[in-house]
Amino acid sequence: MINGLNDLLAIKEKRLPDINARREKPGASPEWQVLVCTGTGCTSSASHRVKEELLRQVQLKKAPARIVKTGCFGFCKMGPLVVIYPGQTLYCRVKKEDVAEIVEKHLLGGQVVERLLYTEPVSGEKKSRLSDIRFFRAQYRIALRNCGLINPEDITEYIACDGYFALANVLLHWTPAQVIDTIKKSGLRGRGGAGFPTGRKWELAAAAPGPVKYVVCNADEGDPGAFMDRSILEGDPHSVLEAMTIAGYAIGAREGYIYVRAEYPIAVDRLERAIAQSRQYGLLGRRIFNTDFSFDIDIRLGAGAFVCGEETALLRSATGERGEPRPRPPYPAQCGLWGKPTLLNNVETYANIPVIIREGPDWFASVGTENSRGTKVFSLAGKVLNTGLIEVPMGITLRTVIFDIGGGIPEGRRFKAVQTGGPSGGCIPERYLDTPIDYESLKQLGSMMGSGGMIVLDETDCVVDIAKFYLQFSQDESCGQCTPCRVGTKRMLEILERITQGKGTLEDLDELEELSREVMDASLCGLGQTAPNPVLSTLKYFRQEYEAHIIEKRCPAGVCRALVDYVIDEEKCIACGLCARECVAEAIIGEKKGQPYFIDRQKCLKCGACLARCPKGAIYTA
Amino acid sequence: MTGEEKDWEEKYRQLDEVIERYGQQEGQLIRILKEAQDIFGYLPEEVQTYIAGKLNLPVSEVNGVVTFYALFHTEPQGKYSINICLGTACYVQGAQGIFDEFRRQLDLREGNTSADGLFTVKSTRCVGACGLAPVLTVDDKVYGKFRRQDVARLLQKYRRREVTAGDQWIERPARYQGETAPGH
Repeated sequence: MINGLNDLLAIKEKRLPDINARREKPGASPEWQVLVCTGTGCTSSASHRVKEELLRQVQLKKAPARIVKTGCFGFCKMGPLVVIYPGQTLYCRVKKEDVAEIVEKHLLGGQVVERLLYTEPVSGEKKSRLSDIRFFRAQYRIALRNCGLINPEDITEYIACDGYFALANVLLHWTPAQVIDTIKKSGLRGRGGAGFPTGRKWELAAAAPGPVKYVVCNADEGDPGAFMDRSILEGDPHSVLEAMTIAGYAIGAREGYIYVRAEYPIAVDRLERAIAQSRQYGLLGRRIFNTDFSFDIDIRLGAGAFVCGEETALLRSATGERGEPRPRPPYPAQCGLWGKPTLLNNVETYANIPVIIREGPDWFASVGTENSRGTKVFSLAGKVLNTGLIEVPMGITLRTVIFDIGGGIPEGRRFKAVQTGGPSGGCIPERYLDTPIDYESLKQLGSMMGSGGMIVLDETDCVVDIAKFYLQFSQDESCGQCTPCRVGTKRMLEILERITQGKGTLEDLDELEELSREVMDASLCGLGQTAPNPVLSTLKYFRQEYEAHIIEKRCPAGVCRALVDYVIDEEKCIACGLCARECVAEAIIGEKKGQPYFIDRQKCLKCGACLARCPKGAIYTA
Repeated sequence: MTGEEKDWEEKYRQLDEVIERYGQQEGQLIRILKEAQDIFGYLPEEVQTYIAGKLNLPVSEVNGVVTFYALFHTEPQGKYSINICLGTACYVQGAQGIFDEFRRQLDLREGNTSADGLFTVKSTRCVGACGLAPVLTVDDKVYGKFRRQDVARLLQKYRRREVTAGDQWIERPARYQGETAPGH
């Protein structure tokens, strides 16, 4: 039970040697620190087996090492990842079979296992230190500061990293107004998408009258291709709990709720453990730090509806109802959960709070650009060499992110566009790659920051198809309450489907633009208001590709099925006849073990069954 | 009493425990429905009515919630649940083709469950393993860097119930159980 600053300090002192070892600072524990990533990506590639084997071998061979499970390092592509301190040696794609060698050679012999090191794709150099790798070099970690450094299921490690000291300081020495003032000064803006100034939001919630208020955390990360929030919850859940408690003190709330997707089982599990530990240590519950302030946090599960990322829909869903948005005002700060004033921020926004309190608003404001302070976490995915989770200062260029951190486009292909902001954002073409990333610049380009999804597209991706993909998503996820969104997106989707089938007309493009504007203007909530962005931005930057579909009946990227032909590569075909047997249309002609087979374009139904069947990969689309 | 009835009765007993635990708290309907679905495998009308009765809510309200969220289903599911991620990262790596291939090979037209009741095929939004795209899950197992050519083999494997640990695909554990206690 923690009653005051001294108790907190005592825990920190006790655990500090381990953390110092990982930070390579004096006063470090003499043991090796072996960090194994147990985020979703690495868990998917069986990092738990690596961890178990490490524990077993270390015990067996009596190696002086501490095995720590951590959250995501971000470099998901190379997982399972293991990092060993001192030396910050990063081992990639570690398998259970590699563990014996790591223990023998590294932990007992003090030598690096060369073959497991990361190789820079361009230079071919082997890199031992994590921080020397290009993927990590341009990054700057504030929100992810503890991810991949501490064990997320151990509150004492969080405390040893100065966790809960911001809360202690605030509760013991600050007034609520001081807290709000600090957040305002820092310039922090909401990381969930729209970028509303966080301090202003807190101020509004604090000013709302009434004895009962709530603090809510939006962890309903529905954006397909984005996993920033989940990684924070999985890697550093206490930072969110600490921030929510600080927020509770600032606005005068006693209860907090985290609304998290049920599809994130690991995140839910870690949150539950973190809440239980905080209660046990007295950092949640009655009279925290022996002050008059009491605060507790509970979890509410979301059940897979994208619209619940919208604040009014989320608050309804959190009370167990259908997550349908409602008109604003009143804003949640006046009328939120159960009709009471409610402060709602997203996970990443909260994760910044404890550091801002500890290091001061000026320090935070010194990072980033004039109107967008601090850093932003992006999940970098798609056609880029290094996929994973990154945190960069605002104002960094898209080019640095994609070509430096991301390592560029694989297989020597050409960059085509980068999609930011998910279904609410747009596609940005090559000529804007040197744009510094912040809230305003992305908006100007017809995209948006969104929650931080960043999908790279190359020349083999069809932008019409991508626009259709996102619109299909918005159409599926439209709650159906208001007509512009429900019917408008449907009509837009029909037009896009016509175009990808080669049945579109040039008038369709004008109609798409007109419909887009109407849906944006007339929809009730953010889902409909932003759903046309992927269409508008691709129309703006890639109109010639739409026109190729319409006029030439051709998909330049070779994606749209109705507009491509299946072809057999004569060089690769071994005339096994499997494709012909698979073809229901009897469109494949040839003789077993004779000449290469041939597809009759007239008969082909373009089902793709042959392509899936071919053992030699000899069938391709053109 | 037949074995099946007994089984059903046991499930209702478990459901009662869930309602006991969460029923008193405000706004936990989604949590209760999720637990109920974990117990019964799906949410038939009968179960929805039962929950509504216990919570003193109109059945229409419970049904409204069930039909709103993608997580809930009102039809029995196949023995194995195949979820193909159609998040953007997987989509640009060809996940749609994989999804179509599963439906084609299992001859799915209207519904999502194969005629033999073995497989339910659905698309899902981002599992958050974008680095391994395209990704799909079969129950709790994650298969990364999946190719369209792998579809037949995967179905065959499950048909023969030969899925063993350590095959060439990537997998993940059910949950974290019996691990080091906090503050070890």
